[in-house]
Amino acid sequence: MERMSFDLAQVPLREVNTFLHKDAPTKGVRQVVVTNPDGAHNIAVGLDCPVEVEVHGHAGYYAGGMNKTGTVTIFGSAGTGVAENMMSGRVHVKGFASNGAGASMHGGLLVIDGDAGLRCGISLKGGDIVVGGSVGSFSAFMAQAGRMVICGDAGDALGDSLYEAVLYVKGNIKSLGADAQIEPMTEADYTTVRELLGAAGMKHDPHGFKRVASARSLYHWNADADQEY
Amino acid sequence: MSRNDHPKTIAKEESFGYDRKTIDYIRNAASHGLYEIRGMGAKRKLPNFDDLVFLGASLSRYPLEGYREKCSTKTVLGTRFATKPVELEIPITIAGMSFGSLSANVKEALGRAATEVGTSTTTGDGGMTEEERQSSKTLVYQCLPSRYGFNPDDVRRADAIEMVIGQGAKPGGGGMLLGQKVSPRVAAMRTLPAGIDQRSACRHPDWTGPDDLAIKIHEMRELTDWEKPIYVKVGATRTFNDVKLAVHSGADVVVVDGMQGGTAATQTCFIEHVGIPTLAAVRQAVDALEDLDMKGKVQLIVSGGIRTGPDVAKALAMGADAVSIGQGVLIALGCNHDSYYQNGAHHDATAGYAALGTAPGYCHHCHTGKCPVGITTQDALLEQRLTPEIGARHLKNYLKTLNMELTTIARACGKQNVHHLEPEDLVALTLEAAAMARVPLAGTNWIPGVSGF
Repeated sequence: MERMSFDLAQVPLREVNTFLHKDAPTKGVRQVVVTNPDGAHNIAVGLDCPVEVEVHGHAGYYAGGMNKTGTVTIFGSAGTGVAENMMSGRVHVKGFASNGAGASMHGGLLVIDGDAGLRCGISLKGGDIVVGGSVGSFSAFMAQAGRMVICGDAGDALGDSLYEAVLYVKGNIKSLGADAQIEPMTEADYTTVRELLGAAGMKHDPHGFKRVASARSLYHWNADADQEY
Repeated sequence: MSRNDHPKTIAKEESFGYDRKTIDYIRNAASHGLYEIRGMGAKRKLPNFDDLVFLGASLSRYPLEGYREKCSTKTVLGTRFATKPVELEIPITIAGMSFGSLSANVKEALGRAATEVGTSTTTGDGGMTEEERQSSKTLVYQCLPSRYGFNPDDVRRADAIEMVIGQGAKPGGGGMLLGQKVSPRVAAMRTLPAGIDQRSACRHPDWTGPDDLAIKIHEMRELTDWEKPIYVKVGATRTFNDVKLAVHSGADVVVVDGMQGGTAATQTCFIEHVGIPTLAAVRQAVDALEDLDMKGKVQLIVSGGIRTGPDVAKALAMGADAVSIGQGVLIALGCNHDSYYQNGAHHDATAGYAALGTAPGYCHHCHTGKCPVGITTQDALLEQRLTPEIGARHLKNYLKTLNMELTTIARACGKQNVHHLEPEDLVALTLEAAAMARVPLAGTNWIPGVSGF
C-alpha cells in the first residue's frame, strides 16, 4: 500500500488525519491524495513521518499545520495559517495563501506560488518561506529566526519588532515596521536567495533583492527608546 | 517663658489623594521616565473569598463526621469532547508558570508534588522542559500567543492543551521576560538571543476572534486524534461573554483567572487596574455556563488569589469544578521566606532581599531574576537554593492541607463530595461580596441587585 486516496466528499476529515498519524508511518504509505477538500480546515495537520500528501483543490485553515518531516502540496489556495508551527518538511501552495501563512514556523520550507495575505511569517522561529507573489501588511512581525524570500511587494510594517530572522524582498516595501532596516546584500545573502529560489523552483535574479533585518534597538527596554511598541 | 518659646509640633496631615505612596510613585516616574514592572499579583484590597462564610449544618442540615466519613475530592476535567479526560485526585491544580520565570528545579518540584497528591501541573511561556514532563504524571501544555518552544511532539506527549487567551494579572497584555532571566537555555528554548529583553505577544499569530479559535481548537483535536482535553484560559474582564465564547469555540474546560492572579513580570498599572476580582468572575463564569446549559458538561477552573482550603471550598461552592494556584504554590516553596535551606542548614536570605530594596514578606521582584530563595531565577548559584526534593515536600504538605480544609468544610456542610458544595451554603459579610457573588448578606435574605431588603 504505497498510495492512498481519500475523497473528502465521502470520508470525514478525522479519518484522513487519523490515518496519516497512525497508519501512514506504520504501513509504509508514501503518498496520500486528498480530493474534494472544498476548503476544509485542518487537512494533514500534525504529520510526523515523511509521507507526501497532495491536496487537489482549496484548503481551509491550518493546512499542513505543525508538519514534521512530511510533504504537503496544495493544488489550489490555502486559508489562514497554512503550515503554521511547521517543524520540518515542506508545504507547497500552488495558488494563494491567506493570513498568517507559516506563522510561528520552526523549520522546513513553505513555498507559496501566488500572493500571501496579512502577517505572513509572523513569529517565525526558523525555517524558510518563499513567496512567489506579494505579502500583506505586518508580515514577519516579531520574526525571531529563519528566512523569508518575497518575490513581489511587501505591505505595511514589514518586519515589525524583528528579532534575528532575515527577509529578502524583490519588489516594493510599502513601509518597514519598528526596528526593521534595509541592509546591504552580501555574497552570502545572494547565495542564500539563489538556494531558496532554487528549492522553491522559482526563477529570479538574486541581485534584484533587498535585505531586511533587525536594527536590534528594541532588544533592551529603556527609557529613551520609543515606547510605542 | 514667652509664647514663642513653645516647641513647634510637626503637622502630619496626610492627603488621601496624595498620600506617601502616591508621592513616591510620582517621584519615581519623574526620576526614571519608566513605568514599574514587577511580579506577583494585585496588592490592593479587593473583595475576595474571605468576604464569604459557610453555613455549616445544624438542625436544618445534617453534617458528616469530620474525620472518618467519606468525602470525595475526585475531579474529572475534559468530559465534553476528549476521549481521555484528565482525572485528578483533588480539585486543586498547579497554575501555568514558565520555565524561564521559574528555575528548572522549581518546575521539577511542582511536578513531583503534583504527582504525589494526584493533581496536574501546567507548562508556561517558553515550552515544556524535560524535567517537568518527567516529574509530572498529568501535565497541561499551554499554547500561548508567543508560541515560544511550541512543538507538536510536546502536544502529543501532554495530557491536556490549554489555549491561553489571557491572564488575570494582565488581561489584554503580553509578557516580558527581562534579559537577566534569558539564560542560554531559556534563550535556546525560545529561539532568541541570550540576554535580550524578551517580549511575549498579546495576540495569537494564527487566529483572531472566537470563530477562528474554534478552528484552532479543532486543529489541536485533529492533531491529537481527539484524545486530549482542550482548556481555554481567559483573564477575568467581560467574563460572562468570554466564557460563552470559549464554550462556543469548543473548549472542554474554561479557566478563568481573576485580577489577583500572579505574574512574573508585568506593569504595576496593569496588575492593579485591569481586570476584575476573582470573586466577581466566578459568578459570571458560572452564569455563562448555566445560560448555555453547559454546567457540568464544560468544566470551570478558577484561579487568581486562591490561597487556602476555605478559598477552594468557596470557589467550588460557587460553581467551579477545580481551582488553580500559582502564588500560593511559590510561597509554599519558600517565596518571601526569610531563609533558604541548602546543604543541610538554614541560611539567612534577608541580605538578598535588601539588595533588591525589599524584605521578606514584601518581595515582588520576580522580574529581576535575583530571587533570594532561588525560585524565580535562572542564576546558576541562586537556583541551587531550592532543590526539587525539599520544594516538593513543602508543596505536597501545602496541597494536602488545603485538601483537608476543603473536605472538613464540605463535611460540615453535609456533603459526601466536595463538588456538592453549592451557593446555598454561602453567605456574604459585605455588600460588595454579596452583590458580586450573588449570595445573601449574612443574616438576611438580601442579595443586592436581585432581591429587595
